[in-house]
Amino acid sequence: MIEVRQLHKGFGAQEVLDGISFRIESGESVAIIGRSGCGKSVLLKHLIGLLQPDSGDVLIDGETIVRMNERQLLWVRRKFGMVFQSAALFDSMTVAENVAFGLRRHEHLTEAEIARRVAETLDLVDLPGTENKNSAELSGGMRKRVGLARAIIYEPQIVLYDEPTTGLDPIVSDSIDQLILRVRDQLKVTTVVVTHDMRTARRAGQRVLMLHNRKIYATGTADEIFASRDAVVRQFIDGVADAKEN
Amino acid sequence: MNPLANRQAQDTLTGLGQITLLARDAFASLCRLRVTWRDVLFQMYFIGVKSQLVVLVTGAFTGMVLGAQTYFQFHKVKMDTASLAVVGVSMCSELGPVLTALMVAGRVGGAMAAEIGTMRVTEQIDALRTLATHPVDYLVVPRLVAAHIVLPLLTVEAVVVGIGAGYLVGVYLLGIDATYLWYNMLRYTHDVDLVIGLIKAFIFGGIIALVGCHKGMTCGLGAQGVGRATMEAVVYASISILITNFFLTLVMGKLVGQL
Repeated sequence: MIEVRQLHKGFGAQEVLDGISFRIESGESVAIIGRSGCGKSVLLKHLIGLLQPDSGDVLIDGETIVRMNERQLLWVRRKFGMVFQSAALFDSMTVAENVAFGLRRHEHLTEAEIARRVAETLDLVDLPGTENKNSAELSGGMRKRVGLARAIIYEPQIVLYDEPTTGLDPIVSDSIDQLILRVRDQLKVTTVVVTHDMRTARRAGQRVLMLHNRKIYATGTADEIFASRDAVVRQFIDGVADAKEN
Repeated sequence: MNPLANRQAQDTLTGLGQITLLARDAFASLCRLRVTWRDVLFQMYFIGVKSQLVVLVTGAFTGMVLGAQTYFQFHKVKMDTASLAVVGVSMCSELGPVLTALMVAGRVGGAMAAEIGTMRVTEQIDALRTLATHPVDYLVVPRLVAAHIVLPLLTVEAVVVGIGAGYLVGVYLLGIDATYLWYNMLRYTHDVDLVIGLIKAFIFGGIIALVGCHKGMTCGLGAQGVGRATMEAVVYASISILITNFFLTLVMGKLVGQL
């Protein structure tokens, strides 16, 4: 269970998050939507302790992570897997080394066992037989899949996705959406997807939170949000630019 | 104090404080045995084996130049055969460790900052953290341990090559008597000179790794940030080595004098 209470965050004089509060139950799947630069990724990084808030609290399974130091946070992060917008693969490693990274660091397994788990996880993300490829040789969609395989190989309870379909063509985006659902259903994980891709938000989020003007502007089931008549929500969902931006 | 100088002094003190905290974290990680020895071996290869050319060339030509210059002066007072003794003492306690460290700082310190800086701007360090891995355990400690081990070894290599090159120049180019040249070098170069050099090299190794890693981990965003971090890693490590060397010379000279 993830709970965020009155979260405030600014960078210098610029306030990014202003009193954000919400709760995500175990096994739930939530999409956080909002315009580019509205603070979605900043919010996501607070959930895993990559950023510390100016004030407010973040609780994971009832335990506050805000006052933890980096070493204490390492234990909490074992519950998480995170897929980055840029995939953030270790570029000096092969696909297999990237995917096996978490296992090698934290579990005492034989090389054969690690190879078996890597092959199984790559199979789950539709990349069988790519173990020996260098991460620099991969396409954008493949990089996202390897990033996902790396995040889920040690079977975390919560998976965070930061813009999982940004920069991908519609067909690859669709396959990534399906992968998010498959991982959620097979591994029974809590899923938090930050996106401004409406199709991804609708498919991956049982519940949708919309960030606007540094606050949670709207929240509801995906159907409620997409049927909303609110002008701000409608403008974002329909993708209509402000008149002054034309 | 004008605002610019004030700001610079503040930045310098902040940087020193951050490096001190990084050293503390690395030491704590080392004490908890969180080191992956395979990573240490790879870093030893990168720092040691890959630095062979610069260390050999630096050691050889420093020994040759020092031998020739000493001979030109000593020849005036008929002390030709003491030339290699000067090379021996200088190479062991000063030139060997300092020049080796400066060359390694240029080659390795900059590379460390660039590699870690690129990892930072491409979110690879954040990825490490999400995989429950402390960046200090994975990135800093192996480099720090490897640099501490390798710098003294490279220094010994530079000293041996420097004295050998000085000997060859003295005997075959300047015509100094080989037996007395070698005998005087052994007579005036003491074990303690080499020990001083090795202690300095050990400390310089730590400076290079800590400054390189710190600059990488705190680098600004984008290509410009990585470029600046790389340049600062080389400059700050080199300046730190020269300043530290002066104080180490004073302290160890005093200690040796009292023994």
